[in-house]
Amino acid sequence: MSGGVEGRVGIVLVSHSAEVAGSVADLARGLAGGAGTPLAPAGGLPGGGLGTSTELIAAAAASVDGGAGVAVLADLGSAVLTVKALLADDELPDGTRLVDAPFVEGAVAAVVTAAAGGDLDAVEAAASEAYGYRKK
Amino acid sequence: MGRAGVHPGAAVGAVSAVVLDTDAFRRWMAAAAAAVEREAGHLTELDAAIGDADHGANLRRGFTAVAAELEKGAADSPGAVLTLAGRQLISTVGGASGPLYGTLLRRTGKALGDAGEVGPGQLAEALGAGVAAVGQLGGAKVGDKTMLDALEPAVAALARAADGPGAYAAAAEAAARGAAETVPMRARKGRASYLGERSEGHQDPGATSAALLLAALAEAAGEADQGEGRRG
Repeated sequence: MSGGVEGRVGIVLVSHSAEVAGSVADLARGLAGGAGTPLAPAGGLPGGGLGTSTELIAAAAASVDGGAGVAVLADLGSAVLTVKALLADDELPDGTRLVDAPFVEGAVAAVVTAAAGGDLDAVEAAASEAYGYRKK
Repeated sequence: MGRAGVHPGAAVGAVSAVVLDTDAFRRWMAAAAAAVEREAGHLTELDAAIGDADHGANLRRGFTAVAAELEKGAADSPGAVLTLAGRQLISTVGGASGPLYGTLLRRTGKALGDAGEVGPGQLAEALGAGVAAVGQLGGAKVGDKTMLDALEPAVAALARAADGPGAYAAAAEAAARGAAETVPMRARKGRASYLGERSEGHQDPGATSAALLLAALAEAAGEADQGEGRRG
């Protein structure tokens, strides 16, 4: 572990856009009341602009790693592929997992579950279950 | 220095396959960087038709970083050259082609191990592992209008022609043909898949850049001039 809160699952939100990642993090924290949950956005390219950055993702994961695992949610396309490539090369903290979940709803569910002290399996399950929230 | 580092294999004479050493692999990556630089506008144009018009710029950024890193001289085997190049691509491209090409080169590099010289057969086997990893990462298969449509036939051609000269040229030709064959296909992966049938009639940018990568290999192996016309 490097950053994060000991024993707590960390959450990383990876988007093509810094604004999207940051805003979804604010939204999830606001709705979930998870003020103390280790949560970090990794959006866009380091110099600004749309894209996915291994540097920002790796830094975000390290900053929320409390030794209990890190759940990574990604928006689409290269964000997903980049996280998978980093995991395949062991470039993220031990216990980091890409979670298959809708980005906004999954982030809220993940933060709620992590804030309640859920473990990585519970956080992943809650985020994935968000696919089932029908709107019509 | 011309052909230094590229020499016929053990079987003497005109029928032997070309074996590539570390310098040849460095030249491959340098030739790929030059090709991407030269074709960046064309790649972006293709990507503007069915994607988000960033393929040329993204790959140019990636391969420029690869060339700069290799100039520092750290990689000391063919496998190490590809592994280092792959790592640079994953971390600098910023689009989906970064992790895809990065994975291709890294897996291929790892499969080559620490061999000091690599012939077409061994490279075909290693590239096969790299291509399989790309398929797994992106969940695509041949016919989905992706880079795999150029890469898979190239690996097959390299393996088929492995015992004689012209193997790399055969792989480059197969890749170019595979890229051309993506024109009528409907995209099933990536952003272009949102277009459905409107993706038909356009050559896939990823398959096109994959063909450039294989052409750069033939160039580095000194087989760039052994194209179809010569052998037909």
